Amino acid sequence: MEGPGSATLVRVTTRRPFRAKLATTVSKGAAALSRATGRGDGSVIGGRLGLIIDPDLLAHLATGRQIALVSGTNGKTTTTRLTAAALGVLGPVATNSFGANMPTGHTSALARAGDTPYAVLEVDEHYLPQVVASTHPFVIALLNLSRDQLDRAKEVAMMAQLWRDALRDQPVHLVANADDPMVVWAASVSSDVTWVAAGQRWHDDSWVCPECGGAITRASDDAPDADWYCTGCALRRPTPQWTLDGDAVVAPDGTRLPVHLQLPGRVNRANAATALAVAARFGVPPADALPHLAGVASVAGRYAQVERDGRAIRLLLAKNPAGWLEAFDMADRAPTLLSINARDPDGLDTSWLFDVDFAPLRGRQVLITGDRAYDLAVRLDVNEVPFQHVTTFSQALSAVPPGRLEVIANYTAFQDIRAELDRVN
Amino acid sequence: MSTEALRIVWLYPDLLSTYGDRGNLLILARRASLRGIPAQALEVRSDQPIPVEADIYLLGGGEDGPQALAAQRLIADGGLRKAVDRRAVIFAVCAGYQLLGSSFYAKGQKCGGLELLDFASDRGPSRAVGELAGEIDADLGLPTLTGFENHGGRTHLGPEVRSLAKVSVGIGNDGQSEGAWSGSVLGTYSHGPALSRNPALADLLLRWATGQDSLEPLDDTWSKRLRGERLAAVRPSGGAS
Repeated sequence: MEGPGSATLVRVTTRRPFRAKLATTVSKGAAALSRATGRGDGSVIGGRLGLIIDPDLLAHLATGRQIALVSGTNGKTTTTRLTAAALGVLGPVATNSFGANMPTGHTSALARAGDTPYAVLEVDEHYLPQVVASTHPFVIALLNLSRDQLDRAKEVAMMAQLWRDALRDQPVHLVANADDPMVVWAASVSSDVTWVAAGQRWHDDSWVCPECGGAITRASDDAPDADWYCTGCALRRPTPQWTLDGDAVVAPDGTRLPVHLQLPGRVNRANAATALAVAARFGVPPADALPHLAGVASVAGRYAQVERDGRAIRLLLAKNPAGWLEAFDMADRAPTLLSINARDPDGLDTSWLFDVDFAPLRGRQVLITGDRAYDLAVRLDVNEVPFQHVTTFSQALSAVPPGRLEVIANYTAFQDIRAELDRVN
Repeated sequence: MSTEALRIVWLYPDLLSTYGDRGNLLILARRASLRGIPAQALEVRSDQPIPVEADIYLLGGGEDGPQALAAQRLIADGGLRKAVDRRAVIFAVCAGYQLLGSSFYAKGQKCGGLELLDFASDRGPSRAVGELAGEIDADLGLPTLTGFENHGGRTHLGPEVRSLAKVSVGIGNDGQSEGAWSGSVLGTYSHGPALSRNPALADLLLRWATGQDSLEPLDDTWSKRLRGERLAAVRPSGGAS
């Protein structure tokens, strides 16, 4: 990979006046058109056109900005939002807040950003090597790696290898999750790492050491931030500089920072810790960032709360087994609607439902819906979780008493329910 | 059965557990206990010895590296060979299915298998990903197989083994036949929780393990609806997927 040497800079300045500028203008125009015609939110189409006119547009747009990238299987949209909020202490921040996390989305986000000096970009984990090469980021946050849409995505060990190769010899600071052996192995090619005890409740993709094939042993099965080590080689949990302690994040200097988020669950306090660690690297004092984090109420519909017919509906997105474990931890003990689709963006294979233990839902009123509700029905039956099948959202609403209704859905099922609720953000 | 309770062992979840493979263990244990057959579900990791007295042994799917490692450890242990010799039931899916044969390919290398069934696997021209369906060998007396496959291998059956099904949708072994069985050893490319869509296959394994000719019927409303939906989705005239 090419470093940000002087030759690159010369090429940028000579090409930028015509192609990059034209590409930027077309990109912004197409995005505006996409929004105006109601065909999209403009976060992809603009970037796609811009990249056709100037294939190096993303690199050109990144030049001169301090950029943080956020990647991982779960939590990247939320962590990107929290990080952008924290960096907001410094001034305006460019970000791909619609979750358009491939290079076209990054290009659109930066094309819209004018001369904003800071950017936080969510990056699909497959594209991390390419986006690192294009944007020369200042910091990369690495959250977690677990099984996700295996009919299409790379297997977990291959993904960790891809990251490891991309991060080797890169002049970039990493903020990485000490609790995920796959992330630690990928990040350990760098000596410039801040470790965060961000937790990983899901263990089924890291029983085997990616370095030596030995068994990975954990001090406890239920603590998401338990100590772990490989029994066959030197890979072990690094000592984290940032940790969680109840409702507080503990900074490297030992300061306890009370984190009062509107977003639920331990996993979001961990996402906040990662955001604070990234922001600290940009020079933002954690105490200054805290009120900005508290201002985040929902993220592209995730965690959004809507009143409808006396029901206080809360939307939780869970796309894979690790995500479902976190969702059960976040949800109140209240009536719960589960919705499962298996369309292209979800992955076509529903086998993963048997990787999830739905036992935490026993004792709650459970409703199921979605294109693949029958797959879920069979799973819940085996899991001894009683449920009721509903075919519409309004049927679900009338089946539960007034009060809290938790909705947990995978990607397109979540978007369907969001549409029912007037595309709540 | 060798003891009071039906002992079901899921081998090597640390290596062979790619997508919902635990489902087969849970489904067998549940369907046994619903009939008043006490069942004990055991998960045995690859650094532990294979229990010698179990009734059903399950193998799941895995990536190339773990699959090759699982083969080495299973062969070194020798427990599965002894299990087959005393007519225990073995049910394997995906990468675990390939392990039952004489050889398979992982990371471009030919690897030795357990030689429990007469077949060999190599690499196909493309990955087989999607719905899988086919009519099951009439001697097994089961309804149509339905499942999801995701593998790069092709499996070539020898004369000592029979195919599980004739492929109508998907690839299976080679686009024609799918899976294999002999005695009480059975494998399929229908991956992950294959038994969730094929409860009659689960009951066949339970009948083999208990020696009972028939089992009390269960309420399979949801499995039936799921089967109906998936088979309709892949029916040529259906136009779906």
